[in-house]
Amino acid sequence: MIINPLKRVYLALESWFNISFGTEWNPLYHLGTLSFFLFWIILVSGIYLFIPFHGSLDGAHASVEYMTHDQWYAAGVMRSLHRYASDAVIITILLHLFKEFASGRYRGFRWFSWVTGIPNLWMVVTLGITGYWLVWDELAQYVAVGSAQLMDALPMFSGAMTRNFVSGGMTDRFFILIEFLHLLGQPMLLLFMLWLHVKRLSNVNINPPRGLAAGTFLALLALSLYAPAVSHAPANLGMVPREIHIDWFYLNVYPLLEYWPAGRVWILTTSVTLLLMMLPWLLPRKDGPKAVVNLDHCNGCGLCFDDCPFDAISVQARTDGARYEHEVVVNPALCGACGICAGSCPASNPFRTPRGELKTGIDMPQLPVDEMRRLTRETIEAMTGDLKIIVFGCEHGLNVRRLDCDDTRGIKLICSGMLPPTLVEYALKQGADGVMVTGCRHNDCYFRFGNRWTKMRFDGERKPSLRARAEHERIRLHGAAEPDRREIDQDLDDFRQQLRILNQAVAVAIVETD
Amino acid sequence: MADIKNKPLRFLLQAINYSVFMGLIWYFASSPSVRLIADDEAKITIAFAHAGELREPCRMLSQEELNQLAPNMRKIDDCPRERSPVTFEAMLDGEPFYSETLKPAGLYEDGGVDLFYSAKIPAGTHRLSLKMNDSVRVEGFNHSFERQVSIDPAQILLVGFDSRQGFVISGTQN
Repeated sequence: MIINPLKRVYLALESWFNISFGTEWNPLYHLGTLSFFLFWIILVSGIYLFIPFHGSLDGAHASVEYMTHDQWYAAGVMRSLHRYASDAVIITILLHLFKEFASGRYRGFRWFSWVTGIPNLWMVVTLGITGYWLVWDELAQYVAVGSAQLMDALPMFSGAMTRNFVSGGMTDRFFILIEFLHLLGQPMLLLFMLWLHVKRLSNVNINPPRGLAAGTFLALLALSLYAPAVSHAPANLGMVPREIHIDWFYLNVYPLLEYWPAGRVWILTTSVTLLLMMLPWLLPRKDGPKAVVNLDHCNGCGLCFDDCPFDAISVQARTDGARYEHEVVVNPALCGACGICAGSCPASNPFRTPRGELKTGIDMPQLPVDEMRRLTRETIEAMTGDLKIIVFGCEHGLNVRRLDCDDTRGIKLICSGMLPPTLVEYALKQGADGVMVTGCRHNDCYFRFGNRWTKMRFDGERKPSLRARAEHERIRLHGAAEPDRREIDQDLDDFRQQLRILNQAVAVAIVETD
Repeated sequence: MADIKNKPLRFLLQAINYSVFMGLIWYFASSPSVRLIADDEAKITIAFAHAGELREPCRMLSQEELNQLAPNMRKIDDCPRERSPVTFEAMLDGEPFYSETLKPAGLYEDGGVDLFYSAKIPAGTHRLSLKMNDSVRVEGFNHSFERQVSIDPAQILLVGFDSRQGFVISGTQN
């Protein structure tokens, strides 16, 4: 199977972090929540800094110097945390962007999250820019003049803005406007955009695991103590700062103004932004057929509504006159065609209609539950080895068809979450010695919750759950991506040994009974 | 993809990862630095807003023309709104370094012009010559300024214009 080079890079990075952090704390699985956590640090430290900050041209720099040097142990540390957490959030956002792109999670039904996510990066950057402005040192002067040049290149300003930043041109009123933007205007807009960004997701989590949050905070604290953030000399609009130590995470565009006219810088940044936003259509991917509700077999229980990762299912009043109070409705525009809903439907029980067609409450046209049952039965019948192991695998993880051999056969699913737990029991009843389910790597499901819901269902923590009396020792779950072939081969060998021991025990028990 | 069960080793690896992460932040939060001006350079900035003269002078209406107007509209003069473009030229030590003609803002070209230009120049003493025409009714330049200026390294020589005072410069020793 060919993996695109970007995905290969991402998977290698992911593997490395899995080794050192484990799958629970792997920062690549929590880039969004880590960004939120960094925002909390920025918010709390920002509120603290606002108290001693003097919001005027004459007082700003002196008050920041007081915080940095006289109160280095409190406000100074807060200032450094504020700056370094702001820098860290750019890295987490860029990694988030890279991850979603490399793993193809930016197109098809996901276009909305992608398109609303790109402007957030710019919003964070502009928030940082106004933050640097407030220190009113030589760097702030550089940022102010550069920003004014950029604004003046827009037709609405036409040269009026830069004149504010010649000697004697800057006033406290303008400074307070920037302060207002940084403290209230921009954060509120960013908050709104973040809400929009996650609007099409369900069960949104904004908190990273505690261990990862603690580690990140301690690392930032250590950096703040080791290399406290400091200011340049006070701004002097009558002099050009000779050398500026710019923050490349936020101010990387400004040095271009030394070489290019502001209009060209706008063309470059706007083009890059538009190109990124248009990627879902420039490199399109057609979603599979969307989930279909079959009201004749839906009792409106709402389990699919609970499990849908993309908020595509709603529970509404019954429309077909059946005795049930509710029915579920799928919004095709939001549906990711993952099939997790089919796996959650209690009617997706292969034992319901042993001979006739198996119809369920909500199903996937491209791989109906009835087809999954038929494939399972026929695959088991076709196996010739001393053992019969069925591997149900998600098509975004390891290609399970490559595991095929005498005693093992893979069946590809859209997502491991579309596997009804009863189908596992069905496979065992049909003669399989063992069933393995491979989803994407743990915590990195292509459809967000497929492997998590599957594990919870198998552990009896989520409905529909695998029955307690099912032979759990003959069932294995394994998260795996394509590069994890060797590891899954080892796990399969281990599983085979375990199944042989179980089979011997059963044989002995039968002999003893006889 | 195997997790490491040995906790101290795992925490050590995490510490290395965090160190790399923080190292990246620490370095790029202030490095590499940007040199904005050489040791022997200064900067000249020309920045002002100015409204050019009206293209045509106001004209007094005759009594006959006034009589044709409604009583409440009888304004004694007629002043066309359009203003002249502003042509500006600057020379340093006899060499032209900036020249621009700006159209008045507005749909009817009745607004002012905003002029902003900034350039690095060698620090030291220079002969600065500025000329401006802000009226289509005048041939050549109707505002001019010439002076010897001395400017320190990294200093900004600011050129402004005031309708009453003419060209105003600041940031020079002379």
